[in-house]
Amino acid sequence: MEDISREQSDNPSLLQMRGIVKQFPGVRALDGVDLDVRAGEVHCLLGQNGAGKSTLIKVLAGAHQPDSGEVLLNGEAVRLANPTAAMRQGIATIYQELDLVDGLSVAENIFLGHEQAVWGFTKRGEMFAATRKLLARLGHGEIRPQTEVGRLSPAGKQVVSMARALSHEARLIVMDEPSAALAHDEVSNLFRIIRELTSQGVAVVYISHRLEEIREIGDRVTVLKDGRTVAVGLPARTTPTATVVSLMTGRNVEYVFPPRPTGEFGEEVLRVENLTVPGVVSGVSFTVRAGEIVGLAGLVGSGRSEIMEAVYGARRASGKVTLNGKPVKLGNTANSVRIGMGLAPEERKAQGLLLDQSVARNITLATLGRYSRFGWLNRKQESAEADRLVKALDIRPPDPTRPIKTLSGGNQQKAVIGRWLVEGRRLLLLDEPTRGVDVGARAELYALVRRQADEGVAVLLVSSEVPEVLGLADRVLVVRDGRVVHEAPATELDEHHVLDLVMDATPSHG
Amino acid sequence: MTEVNPQKVSAPEADEQARVEAAAVAPSGSGGGGLRLGRMGEARHLGLVIALALLAVVGLITTPDTFATTSNMVSLLALAATIGVITVGMTFVIIGGGIDLSVGAIMALASVWATTLATQAYGPVVMAVCAILVGTGAGLLNGFLISYGRMVPFIATLAMLVAARGLAQRMSERKTQLVSQDNGALIELSTTRVLGLPLLVYIFAVVVAVGWLILNRTTFGRRTYAVGGNPEAARLAGIDVRRHTMLLYGLSGLCCGIAAVIIMARTTTGSSTHGDLYELDAIAAVIIGGTLLTGGRGTIIGSILGLLIFTVITNLFILNGLNTSDQLIAKGLIIVVAVLLQRRSLQTAT
Repeated sequence: MEDISREQSDNPSLLQMRGIVKQFPGVRALDGVDLDVRAGEVHCLLGQNGAGKSTLIKVLAGAHQPDSGEVLLNGEAVRLANPTAAMRQGIATIYQELDLVDGLSVAENIFLGHEQAVWGFTKRGEMFAATRKLLARLGHGEIRPQTEVGRLSPAGKQVVSMARALSHEARLIVMDEPSAALAHDEVSNLFRIIRELTSQGVAVVYISHRLEEIREIGDRVTVLKDGRTVAVGLPARTTPTATVVSLMTGRNVEYVFPPRPTGEFGEEVLRVENLTVPGVVSGVSFTVRAGEIVGLAGLVGSGRSEIMEAVYGARRASGKVTLNGKPVKLGNTANSVRIGMGLAPEERKAQGLLLDQSVARNITLATLGRYSRFGWLNRKQESAEADRLVKALDIRPPDPTRPIKTLSGGNQQKAVIGRWLVEGRRLLLLDEPTRGVDVGARAELYALVRRQADEGVAVLLVSSEVPEVLGLADRVLVVRDGRVVHEAPATELDEHHVLDLVMDATPSHG
Repeated sequence: MTEVNPQKVSAPEADEQARVEAAAVAPSGSGGGGLRLGRMGEARHLGLVIALALLAVVGLITTPDTFATTSNMVSLLALAATIGVITVGMTFVIIGGGIDLSVGAIMALASVWATTLATQAYGPVVMAVCAILVGTGAGLLNGFLISYGRMVPFIATLAMLVAARGLAQRMSERKTQLVSQDNGALIELSTTRVLGLPLLVYIFAVVVAVGWLILNRTTFGRRTYAVGGNPEAARLAGIDVRRHTMLLYGLSGLCCGIAAVIIMARTTTGSSTHGDLYELDAIAAVIIGGTLLTGGRGTIIGSILGLLIFTVITNLFILNGLNTSDQLIAKGLIIVVAVLLQRRSLQTAT
């Protein structure tokens, strides 16, 4: 453990977490995390995707129980058995997806679950007055307590979330990427509120990918990597970027990537010109050739997934997309599939799988036309094809009739990709193909993707994990704020360089 | 700068993993989801068959002279045929993630349209075709509003319920329209018997068989499960979800048209009052049959068993000379019990 500046301070610790371990089946999400937060400070939590930040704040919020380790508040050990218990201890969490009820008023949202009432009748007057007071304390007296929350801007909703935290008399507020949904000027407003809170002695745990922001608002930084604390209490303003980035990236796991082909790639398969998704992607152009894997590197919200979805026709966009020289009708996934595209979406369960159904049915879903005549299914042929793919992909257990929800993430992902492994597929779009997949299965997925490329399929890959993009792709496009800001062969880039490009150079606001 | 933890694993979405693993421990069960019929599906149908058998035993004990007679069984099946055909369409719509409240009203409208003097002049075949076209058209309109007008199915079909009944009243001037003597062939569907059963029971059987085949043996059926189970996944797999949804309501409307032909044969009339509350019986039958109201899961056989249970209860109450209000209470209880039992079996299975 690296302890760069645990300087003694008059200010005692408000929260201490020691040796927190959280084990999930197959994965150790937290493997001894320490955190020390003082009253009145903004403590930043940094780490790459999968470093354990989300799990850690869920432990803090009482949503997960740690397997070992202790949590101390003002020096006393506490047990955060459930979210209510955490709230009673004065710990409030503001998640990225704000958990507000759009149809209720500002005041009703703030007092949701602890309404002030007599005989079941809410005391509206008192709640409105208390709400006004809370909002004024946050410097947002202009938000009316009666306003329906659904009518507020993202920034306004965030203020309401914070007011709700304060209504529980929170001593510690955890904010998970609060700036992600905000426009530039709204971020400075957020910072003003955070300063207001800390001056009143409230501690804030601030999670963000944007180093620039952390420099501006943070006091100290704790860095997580692969479920462990690798540095605590770094001064937020003065620690060099290079130090922070190398703390985040120094990797313990060596991924096994398949070798790249030695020859030339084939003809151009995909050509994207001036692709624009209003507000998210502006004027992106690139090409992918047969047998080539092109990786899009960028932060969540940079527009990388949107580029992919727009190419596939799953999202409204303008611009020109051609596949094998023929223009693609944008905005129609059925057409995209017909002409040879296939997508493995970002949210495997929500967007990719029919969870109740068998592995076989999930695999053959997109290609039913191949096993049918005039709509009549040839079930023998379908089942034979499913058997073949289950074997070829080494899906375990190798039983095509098993409900897919009983499979591990890696095997589910093999099925989603396997859906497209039929003749005539020209372009594979893979969005976060290894999310929630353990290390062993990752290597298999990498090999699978490379095998497809070697057979002449063009592959476009999105991943939050920079090493994955660098290890698997042949060419990398760095995406930031909806634009391609850098393009280079993967072998000419390293992790630090890419992280610098996606993170630090971003002017976060102003 | 860096330290080494040899057995370290990076863990994105670890809690997702946890859920997957938890699911993996439990025994498997896919309600009609697997390539082969899931064990669950059979067990559920078995429960319905047992319930039906129990009701038959009750019938044999309470009214031994009347229940098990051929004439009672025939009238029971004839009664089931009308709503049964509608139930087949409803099963498709509900598996596809929707609901159709307008089935009774569409059937009434189709029966009225087919029995207007103008239509009757063309003979029984045109009358039947007219009923089917009217039903299909109204269903497609439902589907269009839902798919392309992005209306909630509940609201779109509620509007159709009200409007179709209004139009039926308008066309018939609230009078019952008799099928004329010249078109007696239509009525023969009810009076002509083959192997002791009226022809309309065979129509019902054919609709069930075709419905089963479409749901289980065609790409349309397979896609219906996908569209209802996870519309986003279906869309990203290249299925035209909107067009499919529209066709599902069209199919439901088609079934209403066929049901209109059956009810015209049975009652020898077309009327704006036909099919009142049929939507509730059809939905109840589908739910009792184990189809999830959230879509993606269900079977035709289950729906038909659910419908038969309902019909036999009605029959038992009539044979025993019991109050029809008590009959409604009994039906309500059966819906609740059936859904509670299914919830339990679902919980143990997933």
